[in-house]
Amino acid sequence: MNGTSSIMHGDRTVVNSNTVNMQGSAIEIHGLKKSFGLKPILRGIDLTLLKGERMALLGANGTGKTTLLRILAGLTRPNAGSVSIEGLDSEQYAQQTRHLVGFVAHQPYLYEELTALENLLFFARMYTVANPQERARELLQRVGLERRTHERVSTFSRGQLQRLSWARALLHVPHLLLLDEADTGLDQQGHELINALLAEHTAHNGSTLFTTHQLERALADSDKIVLLSGGHVTYQGETKALTLDTLQQIYREVTQ
Amino acid sequence: MNKTARRIVGTDLSCPGATPCDRPARELRIFCDQVWAILWKDVRCELRNKQAWTSMGLFALLVLVIFNFAFDLRVDNKVAVAPGALWVAFIFASLLGLGRTIAIEREQGPMDRLLLCPVDRRAIYLAKLLGNVLFIGVVEIVALPVFAALFDVPLGVGALLPIVLFGTLGIATIGTLFSAIAAATRARELLLPLLVFPLIVPVVIAAVRATGDLLAPALNEPPWLGLIIAFDVIFLSVSTLLFQYVIEE
Repeated sequence: MNGTSSIMHGDRTVVNSNTVNMQGSAIEIHGLKKSFGLKPILRGIDLTLLKGERMALLGANGTGKTTLLRILAGLTRPNAGSVSIEGLDSEQYAQQTRHLVGFVAHQPYLYEELTALENLLFFARMYTVANPQERARELLQRVGLERRTHERVSTFSRGQLQRLSWARALLHVPHLLLLDEADTGLDQQGHELINALLAEHTAHNGSTLFTTHQLERALADSDKIVLLSGGHVTYQGETKALTLDTLQQIYREVTQ
Repeated sequence: MNKTARRIVGTDLSCPGATPCDRPARELRIFCDQVWAILWKDVRCELRNKQAWTSMGLFALLVLVIFNFAFDLRVDNKVAVAPGALWVAFIFASLLGLGRTIAIEREQGPMDRLLLCPVDRRAIYLAKLLGNVLFIGVVEIVALPVFAALFDVPLGVGALLPIVLFGTLGIATIGTLFSAIAAATRARELLLPLLVFPLIVPVVIAAVRATGDLLAPALNEPPWLGLIIAFDVIFLSVSTLLFQYVIEE
């Protein structure tokens, strides 16, 4: 572990690894809390993701990774705290921040009765994408589904649904990609495809926050690693300072 | 509004050479386009699914046939019974279909697919409302000739049309809002009628009396159609404002 990262225990005060300029941050989260009924899920999250950075969010099941991503995607409202995306408060500028975000999750968020092209055209109109036909066909080709353009989504396999879900999320060229175990159901080619899509996104200064249970993937694909446990950020640090063994050790320590 | 907000709003709502005065017009165009897109998507999904259309249509016809056998339809009491039978058929059939447009969205969680998008929640409500009016309207078009034949009553289509249209709008306005509430619960099929029936009573009374007035005109009747329109305006305004709080967590 280098000097800018730390494992946090006790009152779990967060130590940020960088002094962040607001203009340079893709995500700024302060004191974020969320409960479902009486059960607290997030107990005060503070987090910063810089533009162009990739952050892996790790943690055991039920630690609030998905809840955090849903809050960032504008699907769930926090009970307390503030979230800003590229400097925009996500409550005050909810519609504008939705324009900035692309979200891929376990669920494909597609309409099964519509064809692949109809789905993308529908979402293109929702995001007011310029030249929707051209963009939709370009993405279908990019994710390897051009042969299934006019087929109903209900006939797609799990991996094909996930590919189309990626196309949906990239339609409006989002600045920030939120990926909640977005590689679910993908074969080897599918993994290579999303690696290429992520590389393109990062090359255009796009930011990425992704959840995974695979520590190797977290090490390979991120610039920063954050661990959630008990509704708190219990570790955050730069990936380059970590080896797989170190990460495994930290993971075991903070999730116990 | 800070710099990023201005940039995003500018990207979506402006075009080269546009003046600030054009912005409301462009926002309205985007709003209408999104309403149309959601409506188109719902209609297309339903046309391919066909479940709601078929069940609503058959249900309305069955109610009319059963009423036709259940009541003693002599000439003197036909006018008293027929309007009520017609609107009961419409309301029961409507309740079968009202939950559909919201149920389509709830198939993969609480409307997440639409809520992810930067779309005005009022546009979602209006699209769902128009979809419901359309679905109920199609069923009514099928049921009306059957009603006229079974009850042997003359239908003045020109005069009946506004009553059916505004009556249906009133039912759909309340139904769309409460189907969103009911869809979030496990007992949605039970809850929807319990929530909707009490609230649409004024519209139903006015619609039945207005229809009866067409079949047997009476003196000194209140302006029933005007009352329906007034209720529609109130329901529509309140529902449009409340919808976003209902669908968002």
